[in-house]
Amino acid sequence: MSMPFYVAPEQLMEDRADYARKGIARGRSLIGLTYDQGILIVAENASNTLRKVSEIYDRIAFAGVGKYNEFDQLRIAGVRHADLKGYSFSREDVDARSLANQYAQMLGQIFTHEMKPMEVEILVAEIGQTGDEPSGQLFHILYDGTVKDHSDFAVLGGDAEVIFERFQEDYQEGLTLSTAVEIAINALSGPDRTLEPDDLEVAELSHSNGRRAFRRIEGEELLGHMPS
Amino acid sequence: MLKSSLNRTFKKADSRRYRPIADTIIKVTLPRFSPDQDPGPNFLALVDDTGVKEIVRGTLIDDLPHGTTCVALKFDEGVILAGDRRATSGHQISHRTMEKVFPADHYSGIAIAGAAGPALDMVRLFQLQLEHYEKVEGKSLSLDGKANQLSQMIRQNLPQAMQGLAVIPLFAGFDLRLGTGRLFQFDVTGGRYEEAIFAATGSGSVHATTVIKMAYEEQLGESAAIDLVANAIFEAADEDSATGGPDLIRDVYPIIAKITSDGYEAISNEDVSSAFNSIIDDRRSKVSRGE
Repeated sequence: MSMPFYVAPEQLMEDRADYARKGIARGRSLIGLTYDQGILIVAENASNTLRKVSEIYDRIAFAGVGKYNEFDQLRIAGVRHADLKGYSFSREDVDARSLANQYAQMLGQIFTHEMKPMEVEILVAEIGQTGDEPSGQLFHILYDGTVKDHSDFAVLGGDAEVIFERFQEDYQEGLTLSTAVEIAINALSGPDRTLEPDDLEVAELSHSNGRRAFRRIEGEELLGHMPS
Repeated sequence: MLKSSLNRTFKKADSRRYRPIADTIIKVTLPRFSPDQDPGPNFLALVDDTGVKEIVRGTLIDDLPHGTTCVALKFDEGVILAGDRRATSGHQISHRTMEKVFPADHYSGIAIAGAAGPALDMVRLFQLQLEHYEKVEGKSLSLDGKANQLSQMIRQNLPQAMQGLAVIPLFAGFDLRLGTGRLFQFDVTGGRYEEAIFAATGSGSVHATTVIKMAYEEQLGESAAIDLVANAIFEAADEDSATGGPDLIRDVYPIIAKITSDGYEAISNEDVSSAFNSIIDDRRSKVSRGE
């Protein structure tokens, strides 16, 4: 009878985390931040059809980096969760915190119990109820189910650490939309590259858009916010 | 995908049964499906799978609130939708401020007639279905797709319709692909009929239809179209006891909305009240002249 190989749990987890991190590092990064009117998400994305940033519910947006099919599966699950919850209770009962926890549970479960961890990092962003100060909440969820919450900004993706350093220098509270887009693009591109509008996916959550706060910033409008 | 979800719809209709309330409360989890079980962008199938909505069989209930006269009319920029505000239970007026005209999504609207409870639920589900599809797929359904969805929902309601809880809506919207306003009426079996000029539904629809038929002209302007639908609702309310006219005491007027290339927009209460007040002045002078 053959003996199964013994692998130390530390080693197993380490290998899985490495695997997930490598997958994530292959993709481009994104930044989510709060500005004076709500939340802005700026992602580097060469595709105009395969979206990284999208709408979940009235005040909630989703963004993912890593393997497209995996975070898109998470996005759709999130839309389903939110629409079902809003239908059975009330629209105002749908909140990002509980959704982020659900995502964390799911990712944690997959990380420990399935063959392959998900090679994704996701961001669940929410702006406050109408009438409140325009406050925002950003939940950054990692491939192993770790949740971090931020009220200022979050950077996701392979180059996150470098971009974080760059972005931290320019970021302050109460930025205008135009400055926010500009500094986020600068942080994503770094000193050696320039990003064109076609390489970017930009969206905001703002109460000025009505009940469904999510709006994409694209075309002429995005061109107007590009760093000079 | 489409075929399998249709099959499921019909199968479900046969296996509907009463479930205790506790079972119909959803599990607030992230719903995951295997590829062959996945409901896609269909919110109705999702609701069905998760058991949030369960239809209960019962005997004929005939004194529930009923919705009443709604009209849709094309004009030069798009479509106008209008509906009165009265709900009745038998011969009683049960509600004076009911809304029967709703936005379905940005470029379409729905007006309802029939049993109020199921009708409002259908509107809510329909709105959600359009939004859900848009979010999951990343783009809106075509106008034909939306009308077809609504027709399937009416078809699913047929068992209740047979028990007296019929819902017969009007659907109107701006077709971005064709660049024109379009309107649809339905029958209780889900039959969908696109109309070229106007459509009406509800117990006062006969009178409303006659008014529009007599006065309609090609390419009506917005204010002329608003006046015409206001006239149609006014005459329907004058003849039909279950349709409410303008309520001057409580300042409650029928709801009128327009759908153009700019999307759905409710006409302001001032504009609606002035349209109805000029009709009242006109009728009053005719009565005093003995016409």
